[in-house]
Amino acid sequence: MSDTSPRPEGGEKHWLVRPRTIRNLWIGGIILLIAVTMLDLIVHKHVYFGIEGGFGFYSWYGLLTCAAMVVIAKLLGLFLKREDTYYDDAD
Amino acid sequence: MTMPIEWLAQYPFPPALILILGGLLLPLLPTSFRPAAVLGLPLATLVVGLSIPDGVLLYYPFIGYELELVQGDRLGRLFSTIFSIMAFAGGLYAFRNSKMMELSAAFVYAGGAVGVAFAGDLITMFVFWEIMAIGSTLVIWSARTKASQGAAMRYLAVHLFGGVVLMAGIVAHVATTGSIEFAAIKLDGIGAWLMLIGFLINAGAPPFSSWIPDAYPESSPFGMVFLSAFTTKTAVFVLIRTFAGAEVLIYVGVYMACYGIIYALLENDMRRILAYSIVNQVGFMICGIGIGTEMALNGASAHAFAHIIYKALLIMSAGAVLQQTGKRKCTDLGGLFQSMPLTCICGTIGALAISSFPWTSGFVSKSMINTAAATEHLAFVWYMLMAASAGVFLHAGIKFPWFVFFQKDSGMRPPDPAWNMKAAMIFFAFLCIALGVYPDPLYALLPYKVEYEPYTFAHVAEMLQLLLFSGLAFFLLLPMMKRTLTISLDFDWFYRVAGPFVVGRLVQGLAAVGTAVEATLTKMVVDTITVIRRHHGPEGFMAKTLHLSSMVFWVVAALAFVLILDFARGV
Repeated sequence: MSDTSPRPEGGEKHWLVRPRTIRNLWIGGIILLIAVTMLDLIVHKHVYFGIEGGFGFYSWYGLLTCAAMVVIAKLLGLFLKREDTYYDDAD
Repeated sequence: MTMPIEWLAQYPFPPALILILGGLLLPLLPTSFRPAAVLGLPLATLVVGLSIPDGVLLYYPFIGYELELVQGDRLGRLFSTIFSIMAFAGGLYAFRNSKMMELSAAFVYAGGAVGVAFAGDLITMFVFWEIMAIGSTLVIWSARTKASQGAAMRYLAVHLFGGVVLMAGIVAHVATTGSIEFAAIKLDGIGAWLMLIGFLINAGAPPFSSWIPDAYPESSPFGMVFLSAFTTKTAVFVLIRTFAGAEVLIYVGVYMACYGIIYALLENDMRRILAYSIVNQVGFMICGIGIGTEMALNGASAHAFAHIIYKALLIMSAGAVLQQTGKRKCTDLGGLFQSMPLTCICGTIGALAISSFPWTSGFVSKSMINTAAATEHLAFVWYMLMAASAGVFLHAGIKFPWFVFFQKDSGMRPPDPAWNMKAAMIFFAFLCIALGVYPDPLYALLPYKVEYEPYTFAHVAEMLQLLLFSGLAFFLLLPMMKRTLTISLDFDWFYRVAGPFVVGRLVQGLAAVGTAVEATLTKMVVDTITVIRRHHGPEGFMAKTLHLSSMVFWVVAALAFVLILDFARGV
């Protein structure tokens, strides 16, 4: 328990939000990501269309489509976002 | 058949009436009986619903038609079962804090949904459909805030409009076919299309998707739990019954699945995030109905069943946060996992289930829809559904629990909510996992025989890859996900801002024209009167009174003239 960065009000931060835990979570997460992708080496895929049979398809497809959705949402947000009091006068 | 079921079948009684009449009588009951009634009525509905055998049980002659008030089949029993379970858990969650009117309206609303599930003809279906519209509006209105009053009126307007379109469709359909049968309908006439549109409005299909995030989050923390379950899922039920295999639904569904994700990603209010994800999840079901194979329809039915449970669970956990903190915006929340551990765990289980994580209910239901798309060789649809599956983890699976329970510490340390709210959450969290680990009881209730094995090694590995890398995308792009104090414009802008603006301008324009016409007419009248007055008025030439002296002068002059004439003649 070397990490004792105090909270503003004093006292110790919850163990889950300490920087060391977060770093360990990242390391564990990355190992997990590699491990589930490596499952493709032993898995027998049922290929329906084509590219989804390739190595690690679900991994990169999940990552890329999610990144695309975040970017699309961000761009649409430029046009669609309004202050959250926008309708207060209208209604 | 067991004894009680035989006995119940002898005295057929619409199970919907247990909830509707019970709901109406609820406020009249002595306070000490109410908790028993709130928990007992849904359980009675569940038992009676399950006891209804196949076939028409109760006829009623009406304007030359035989109304089939109660008609049993597998699909109807499945939906009646989940509607009853939902009413039970919702009642358990709400009965100590909910206003009497809200609970009463919620039970009438749930009863309407059960009535639709057992309706054998279009007229009976329509009557229960409209009972739902009234019940749900009252649930929203029960929050008694200014925002909820406005939202309830907009909600009612949308649903009455949908009801009118549906009614017109039914009338046209009955006029052409002569049949009021509530069964598969070919999408080939104006009547069928109007009915489809009426159903889709309730399902939250475009362009009317925004009524869900507009209305539901304005209800009370307790009301929204009920609202999330019945209207959209009843629409899914009627679409399975009438328009299974209608190709247009595939694309409507894909659109809804994507729309829900994009808008939920933009959203700051936790309950609006969950409202958008209703549209997203119903999109998967609508897509399955459009595919229309036995596996797809089983998938849509199972997903509706699983969805009601995990969505209600998510909304219960959001409701608990709102109840305990009074806050609903992600920008105000965070760090609550420390003091509300049970709410956090149950909310996370709901989030995993909605994301179709292996060993949760969403996994065993949504997979059937995705696999049906693949076996039908719908490549585009399948790729879109897989992307949307990844996106669900992004917007609901991680975003909701992350911003509410983790992220920055808001400093708030509220405790978990009251025991009954916790009990309802634990019950549904248990069901989410139980159905995921052991789906056989759910599969046994589905409309068709299930020949599907969700837990193959390949399928589990694929979903884990898809979802965990979706999670990686979330944390890598976290700077872009930072919450802002904003809302996003949607179709409701047209009837909340553009419509009133145009009507306002029209009224102004018409008023200006009216003023101009009035001014012209007034001027004409005034001018005429002025002219008449000038000649005939008191000061007018024609009405002028003359002075006596001048009168005498003129009389004398006239006499003189006559005299002169007479004199001249005499000469």
